[in-house]
Amino acid sequence: MELHAKNENKEIIKPPISSVGVLGWIRENLFSSPFNTILTIIIISILWFSIIPFLKWALIDSCWLPDSNCRETGGACWSVISSNYKIILFGFYPQNILWRPITAIFLLVSLLIISRNRNYWNAFLGYSWIISLVIMGILLKGGVLGLESVDIERWGGIILTLLLSVFGLTAAYPLGILLALGRQSKMPVIKTFCVFYIELIRGVPLISLLFMSSVVFPLFLPEGVSINGILRAQVAIIMFTAAYIAEVVRGGLQGMNKGQFEAADSIGLNYLQTMRLIILPQALKIVIPPSVSVLISAFKDTSLVVIIGLYDLLKTTQSTLSDPKWMGFSAEAYIFIAIIYFVCCFFMSNYSRKLEKELDTGL
Amino acid sequence: MNKAINNKISENISFWYDPDKRSIVYQIGAACLFAFVAWYLVSNTMTNLERQSIATGFGFLNNEAAFEIGESLIEYSAADRYARALWVGFLNTLLVSFIGVLLTVMLGSFIGVARLSKNWLINKCAAGYIELFQDIPVLLQLFFWYAFFYEMLPSPKEALSPFNGLFLCNRGLIFGIPQTHPVYKYMAIAVIIAVIVIFFLKKWAKKRQDLTGRPFPVFFTSIILIIGFPFVCWLLGGTPTDMSVPVLKGFNFKGGLTISPEFAALLLGLVLYTAAFVAEVVRAGIQSVNRGQTEAAMAIGLKPGQVLNLIILPQALRVIIPPLTSQMLNLTKNSSLAVAIGYPDFVSVAGTAINQTGQAIEGVMLIMIVYLIFSLSTSAFMNWYNKKMAIVER
Repeated sequence: MELHAKNENKEIIKPPISSVGVLGWIRENLFSSPFNTILTIIIISILWFSIIPFLKWALIDSCWLPDSNCRETGGACWSVISSNYKIILFGFYPQNILWRPITAIFLLVSLLIISRNRNYWNAFLGYSWIISLVIMGILLKGGVLGLESVDIERWGGIILTLLLSVFGLTAAYPLGILLALGRQSKMPVIKTFCVFYIELIRGVPLISLLFMSSVVFPLFLPEGVSINGILRAQVAIIMFTAAYIAEVVRGGLQGMNKGQFEAADSIGLNYLQTMRLIILPQALKIVIPPSVSVLISAFKDTSLVVIIGLYDLLKTTQSTLSDPKWMGFSAEAYIFIAIIYFVCCFFMSNYSRKLEKELDTGL
Repeated sequence: MNKAINNKISENISFWYDPDKRSIVYQIGAACLFAFVAWYLVSNTMTNLERQSIATGFGFLNNEAAFEIGESLIEYSAADRYARALWVGFLNTLLVSFIGVLLTVMLGSFIGVARLSKNWLINKCAAGYIELFQDIPVLLQLFFWYAFFYEMLPSPKEALSPFNGLFLCNRGLIFGIPQTHPVYKYMAIAVIIAVIVIFFLKKWAKKRQDLTGRPFPVFFTSIILIIGFPFVCWLLGGTPTDMSVPVLKGFNFKGGLTISPEFAALLLGLVLYTAAFVAEVVRAGIQSVNRGQTEAAMAIGLKPGQVLNLIILPQALRVIIPPLTSQMLNLTKNSSLAVAIGYPDFVSVAGTAINQTGQAIEGVMLIMIVYLIFSLSTSAFMNWYNKKMAIVER
């Protein structure tokens, strides 16, 4: 009682102004010790001397309008983008029907955004994915419903990049699951095949597979049969990604409790039922975050098809840069596509981190 | 008893319901399918090769290569054989991977530690770096740096020179090196001897500490030895101080050591990209060590340096090394992208050989074998390391 009275009489002492609010935060986080102070000053000066000139180059001295004369200003020449963005983004796709790829990409992006929320994950979403992929294919390829047919060889730019990564992953995932199951199998012959395949593919760079698809694969086919370069590269990317998916899925399978297998056996499920109903639904859930990382690297790796001469986003940019009019503006063009790649990968990796947190049940 | 029951059961179940027999059927089926596909592909290939009259086998390795290679660690001319050309490419791959790995570990650890800094600004800069460089394809980064060297840097005449003897221009990075002198060879040998001496010194010091408890300042002694031995050599060799300084002659520099734009761009791209991943590995490793470990170590009176060396690092390294090795392997595999910017690594040389001879299968096989050797030796090292480092449970 006495204590209470005492407290009431006393004025509440506030913490010193230097340890709360903005000042306190700055002191705590930037100048907590002499060493930290020196580091902060060094970093600020480095940022100051690199960012200010960069901003001046990129924003103030730059020219933005298409076909303006860049070489006279000292800054960045974003006209290289504004004059050529159609070629860079869509390659040699006929320019009068660009609404088709744009609609397809819009469809894909909106589906991806809807799929971000796990509450919508149900059979309906699965079917809409399948239907939308078919619609996208029809939109891009044409030839039915009065749409003008566009040869696959002419798909380029971001369409090709998305095609290779989206279809690459969709096809690689089931294959990867099969490989992972094969690797865990008790049958020695099947296990050996799977281990051999996975280790072989993971041991070599993607380039060697792409080389194989472009120069060796045609030799495998009977005389007179030929498959176009994009499909061959797509097969190489699928084969490559599947091996990585297999390792990710194997991690999930190994993480399963042995009791799950035994329980499934004891209620009389056969192998297929055990896997389909008991094991895979749980194992695949565990491996969603690492699968997204595989997706990110698959997306980045599609840029390697430049080396075998396919016109993906990187190659269309380079072909623009080889035009004498735009020669010497590589930095601007590369920064532009770097931003495209960065935005896509950033959203994916952010999403993977978010999922990891959501799925982490603390067990 | 159990066996008897099993026998009885197996007599009663039909062939298809016996998992053992069924699995044999599956396996034979898989093997047959594989054999059929292999036979089909090989026979197709054989007819195709015959039709296009392409030679088979590795006999082409002994033919004259007839192409020049831009940079080489060993003597090479277009008159040499394919085998030697491929060897040049292999050495170039090793060179760029080796230097790349060294620089990546240094930069990556630095950024990983910065990511854990209590200083907000440093922390966020490191986080920004990691996010930025991880999310841009490495090939794009290589192209960017290549364009940087070729387009943005001035010609040799207006080369940037931060200090005398170092020039940065579109012909690469050129800097002065000491004039060749026999004493440098002996200095290199002296360094190797110093390393061997340090190895035994460390063993002896540990033994003495185990026996008597008296520590020996191994670290400082090592530094003195590794600097002292070559220095004594240099003094005995007559202190040569001549430098080969690059001088502008005509359109290019003469003298000094030139790092070509291709090599510099490749190295820069690979190091900056992989360092972002290494930084994450290092951060995770350091965070994996429980804070209680530091507190306990301090409580028993270890100095900060000892806490780091004896308590934190051994535990953090156990977590760091496995993903770190796989990043190093990734760097080596990504060095194959050199082909895109024209650095003559193994893949690039093999690609040229494929174009000239048409022997695609052998060429691609060679590429795969070389990288498989890298990755198999890495995984052998990993197994050895995991065994050595496995926590010995009580």
